[in-house]
Amino acid sequence: MITVFWITLLFIAIAVGLSLYRAVAGPGVFNRVAAVNIIGTKTIALLVVMGYYFERPYFFDIALLYAMINFIGTLVFARYLERGELWS
Amino acid sequence: MVVIHVIVTALLGAGIFFTLVGSIGLLRFPDFYTRLHATGKCDTLGGGLLILGTMVYHLFQYPETLLVPAKLAFLIFFIFIANPTATHALMKSAYKTGVEPWHLGEKRR
Repeated sequence: MITVFWITLLFIAIAVGLSLYRAVAGPGVFNRVAAVNIIGTKTIALLVVMGYYFERPYFFDIALLYAMINFIGTLVFARYLERGELWS
Repeated sequence: MVVIHVIVTALLGAGIFFTLVGSIGLLRFPDFYTRLHATGKCDTLGGGLLILGTMVYHLFQYPETLLVPAKLAFLIFFIFIANPTATHALMKSAYKTGVEPWHLGEKRR
């Protein structure tokens, strides 16, 4: 079963690398923000599977925290790019 | 236990499939809106399936600790609410800022 988790980690890392191309080379700021949001979602799944690969249950708390920070960060970025300011 | 391992492997494989399809869509589609159309759904379902597979594994491998599957269920719930909301906010922001949608026959950008 540890082999299945290892292969899963490898494929999620490949998907993160594919999304990283769009974050680096994407035209415009919206493509980059969308790619960073998608990398964050993949990182949550990566952290959960990694917790079972290393057999340490502390990674799930980090995954919960990362999900919330990713969501808030994307919302703040969308609002800032739409209005040009954050608090009004 | 073999049946549980097969189920967990199938769930993880489906999650990997949807995640990779979302990433390839992010690379290959011609426009910002179509890229978010590909990834906003594929990534949500892929991440949910991956976490669901590990949750089933934990429920049958360590049935004495029920706090961790509760955390993972809350994580699935949060992803299924938060990820489409973030995608919608980003797309609405792009549309109001003036990013033009792609039409058939134009150059990809």
